[in-house]
Amino acid sequence: MASYSTNEFRPGLKVLLEGDPCVMLEAEFVKPGKGQAFTRVKFRNLITGRVWERTLRSGESMEAADVVERDLDYLYTDGDLWYFMTTDDNYDQIAADSTAVGDAKDYLAEQARCQITFWNDNPISVTPPNFVNLAVTETDPGLRGDTAQGGTKPATLETGAVINVPLFIEIGDVLRVDTRTGEYVSRSKQ
Amino acid sequence: MSEAWRPTAALDTLIKRADLLGRTRAFFRDRDIVEVQTSTLDQYGVTDVAIENVEVAGYGYLQTSPEYQMKRLLAAGMPSCYQIGPVFRAGEVGRWHNTEFTMLEWYELDVTLEQLMANVAALVDYLVGPQRVLTKTVQALLKDAFDLDPHKSDEKRCLAIANKEGLQDAHDLYEALDFLVGTAVSKLGAERVFLTEYPKYQAALARTVHRGNVEVALRFELVIDGLEIANGYDELRDALEFHRRCDYDNARREQLGLPVKPIDPNFEAAMAYGLPNCCGVAVGLDRLFALALGKSALQDVTAFGTRVQ
Repeated sequence: MASYSTNEFRPGLKVLLEGDPCVMLEAEFVKPGKGQAFTRVKFRNLITGRVWERTLRSGESMEAADVVERDLDYLYTDGDLWYFMTTDDNYDQIAADSTAVGDAKDYLAEQARCQITFWNDNPISVTPPNFVNLAVTETDPGLRGDTAQGGTKPATLETGAVINVPLFIEIGDVLRVDTRTGEYVSRSKQ
Repeated sequence: MSEAWRPTAALDTLIKRADLLGRTRAFFRDRDIVEVQTSTLDQYGVTDVAIENVEVAGYGYLQTSPEYQMKRLLAAGMPSCYQIGPVFRAGEVGRWHNTEFTMLEWYELDVTLEQLMANVAALVDYLVGPQRVLTKTVQALLKDAFDLDPHKSDEKRCLAIANKEGLQDAHDLYEALDFLVGTAVSKLGAERVFLTEYPKYQAALARTVHRGNVEVALRFELVIDGLEIANGYDELRDALEFHRRCDYDNARREQLGLPVKPIDPNFEAAMAYGLPNCCGVAVGLDRLFALALGKSALQDVTAFGTRVQ
């Protein structure tokens, strides 16, 4: 596998750190006038999402990680695995486990085009689109005019996720949800 | 068409830079310090372990600092003097580094290091705006940041702290200390700080003195916003000690697999002839101008800097 020397470091580079695939967020050359040169790097671990900081000697190198991102459409889940389909003409299916899907499972609407990160051809993380449409499967009946709870109530979505929605929302409504914040945006017109 | 031909700095910034250069020269004219110009290309380079000359095949080396030639001027009888010009350091590229950069180097005869520090602070006040400057010894810096005493060289503890701070498997005490000083400096924040009393092994060309039973170098650095702006010495005048330090550098170079460098015989002869009592300082002028102009990278204040993300 290829490797990158400190002088090739730049944000976005995918490398292996302690065996885990990481993406470089920042890389800065630092050197006291009379002292040794270092490169200070911030990484995000692509599996755990944690941010790591490391300092390397100038001239050292890191092994490249075989990480690629691809767009796939979400199909369904059998409870253990989540199935996606390639968007080219091959209609290949791939399955991701709950570790890879992570919090995205709350927002996987059928047909949603997701970005999946593969490491050595295995899916390691799933990013849903910024907005998805999901149906409400459970919520208290709408109580018009009741603002005692700030005008919102909990609602369970078809994925099992629970979000706060306005009081007028009813079971069966399809909601537009911001997947980055988990917030209700509007009632979908479909 | 590619836009790579364009200047990396905005033109209005370069016009402001011209004004700052003029003001810098005015600062020295007011103090009767004479401007000199030495060669950027010389037959000899430096032995410093962490500084690499750019070599010009068949000619010698682009200078990493005008220090040796300016000290030869001083030995020959030149009064207090300064120089503004390009210097070159191989392999140094980053937001705050460029292989070629502008150095302001200046020497004052018969002053104490404290007087020179006050003059450096005055120049910074004049170009960037007035602000209080704290003074802190390297010992206090490391004590505050890591509860570590650089003069009591506990290698194991240093390496363990370096490891915790993100440098894994430091080669030795010196590397760990370089890293830890740099880390502590980067956390100093927006203050202006003079770091003083460097450990002996970081003396470079500064005189050393004893503080109790510890030998420290009469060297200072000015740090602003966690960035090294100036590096000054109460200048070493002992030619034999200079030779010893170069030999030590070359021994370290050999250990690290770096090329061993000849000791500049002209500079050595000038030292042996006699360097007057003086203090000197090198200022990273591009960095200082960046601070003055509110920029956060060298490429923003130099016409054709290296583009760094």
